[in-house]
Amino acid sequence: MNLYEYMGKEIFKKYGIPVPDGYKVDKVADLKQYEFPVAVKSQILSGKRGKAGGIKFAKSENELKEESEELLNSKINGLQVEALLIERMLDIKKELYLSITLDRASKALIIIMSTEGGMDIESVPENKIHKIVIDPLIGYSDYISREAAEFLEMDGSLKKQFSSILSNLYNAFMGEDALLMEINPLIIDKTGNIIAGDSKVTIDDNALFRHKNLVINDPEKTELENESASKSFTFIEMDGHIGVIANGAGLTMATLDALTLHKLKPRNFLDLGGTDNIEIVEEAFSFVLRVKPEILFVNIFGGVTKADTVANGIVSSKKKFNIKQPIVVRLSGIHEEEGRKILMDNGIKAFSDMNSAINELAKMKGV
Amino acid sequence: MVVVNSNTRVIVQGMTGHQGAFHSGEMIKFGTKVIAGVSPGKSGTKVNGVDIYETVYDTLNLHPDASMISVPAPFIKDAAMEAIDNGIKLIYILTEHVPVQDTMEIAAEAKRKNVFMIGPNSPGITVPNECKIGIMPNHIFRKGDIAIASRSGTLTYEIVKAVTDAGFGESTVIGLGGDPIIGTTFSDIIKIYNEDPATKKIILVGEIGGSEEEKAAAYIKEHVKKPVVGYITGRSAPPGKKMGHAGAIIEKGTGTAESKINAFESAGIKVAEYPNDIPKLLK
Repeated sequence: MNLYEYMGKEIFKKYGIPVPDGYKVDKVADLKQYEFPVAVKSQILSGKRGKAGGIKFAKSENELKEESEELLNSKINGLQVEALLIERMLDIKKELYLSITLDRASKALIIIMSTEGGMDIESVPENKIHKIVIDPLIGYSDYISREAAEFLEMDGSLKKQFSSILSNLYNAFMGEDALLMEINPLIIDKTGNIIAGDSKVTIDDNALFRHKNLVINDPEKTELENESASKSFTFIEMDGHIGVIANGAGLTMATLDALTLHKLKPRNFLDLGGTDNIEIVEEAFSFVLRVKPEILFVNIFGGVTKADTVANGIVSSKKKFNIKQPIVVRLSGIHEEEGRKILMDNGIKAFSDMNSAINELAKMKGV
Repeated sequence: MVVVNSNTRVIVQGMTGHQGAFHSGEMIKFGTKVIAGVSPGKSGTKVNGVDIYETVYDTLNLHPDASMISVPAPFIKDAAMEAIDNGIKLIYILTEHVPVQDTMEIAAEAKRKNVFMIGPNSPGITVPNECKIGIMPNHIFRKGDIAIASRSGTLTYEIVKAVTDAGFGESTVIGLGGDPIIGTTFSDIIKIYNEDPATKKIILVGEIGGSEEEKAAAYIKEHVKKPVVGYITGRSAPPGKKMGHAGAIIEKGTGTAESKINAFESAGIKVAEYPNDIPKLLK
């Protein structure tokens, strides 16, 4: 789950990483008296926010009201601005880049730093970037910050401040079960203080049981997707017409791919998971029906999830939700024959292989 | 045969749980030597006729080689470290939703102690007629010379069944796991399959996220003479969305299906468009 800038900065503050004075508002009425000039920053989860006009500046109370009003009524990079972070402006001397992220290839955390801050790290040349992999069995130690400070050509007070920021960032990363903590830019101001100008934080959803305070709705998920978080299945909305229920993430993805290769657009991803419970099948249908697909496609390879259980779930869902859309089913694996018979007896088309089922869908859609 | 065989002695941590009890029973039916279960607080009981112990340490006089770990995600790190610390040389983690930082530490410790680690979030490993550790359905296998490695569960079964139905058989099937960090990866397993005398052909079932498929493709290009068939899921996945597996995500333009398919094709790997096309490409 990605956090908004203001949430990331709250974590930074908690771990002793300096951030600019500021506050978050979601309506103009809540704006406070403040020391001007200030930056008015849209809280959206999108890169290149500044370029897209999502950051404004205000020198007076009137300007602050105007800019806030305008931003709160606009969309930046296609996202509605729901909140602003009002921050004291910094006298910037230099902008650096600092992040800790999970490196899948080395199965470890990696610290990435650069003297070129304030831009996308992907567009910074390799020789301006330094990376340090942290051995999970050693963890963070001061020699890492000495290596980092040397690359960033820091000494004296800057080196001391930076070392504390880096070790605090590592503690924040571990303490909050993050997958990414990025400070871009990390600002050196004209008085020689180092401050986190921005925050980009991703938290490991699987570790939320250790962070009950962070249990919030994922801002990048739709309402239905967030609602499905408490269910045993995984649900993702897409923008096509075919409602999909399958079992296993891989098979569900393969189902969406096969539909797409046939020029059929999936309306959703729904991985039923391993279940042998009719009620869960019904619940899955209730979710998919809410996104109003034109046709429903159920693709099951039975194992722990038995084909006849799913068949019974389809029949009962059809009655319970009075489903009018056509339903195409592919059942294979454990109890497939029983399952297909249950469906046939109830007038629902059932196939044993995926390609025949998808061909049938293509025929129905006339593609 | 890879890593496990008919002599492999398996313990199951979390055997008294719903998953542990059901799947250890299926493993015994398959012919796996399940010698003990470990469930704190349940020692002295039996599941599927197998004795349950309090700790992994208590099972050591039975000489276990491998542990299947099926405990809830918050307890995985403790259970896996217990197995590694007691000298078990193969650990397989079934559980999904393990925090990445926990997996990172387990994987580092496993590497340090030379432990073969499968998972987390994996269906396990099967060598037909010899040993199954995990949750793959028993009936889909036939002994043969095709080795399969995959990041999925159900999709793997689908492909194994298609391979078996087409008249082929399998030497080893391994589910590597759907998480961003896993023990054994494609680039590890491809070396093992390449050297396995029982394996003549290899199937790799990859998906979006990370760069393991690309790494394996580079190795195949250099070193592998055995025919390899590939399949990649997630062609239609929108960027930034986790497609059911925590590891199946396109981040900052990397880990796309296109990149993996290109890497496979440039290494001479035949790539199937649909899972059921794989047997045709084996011929």
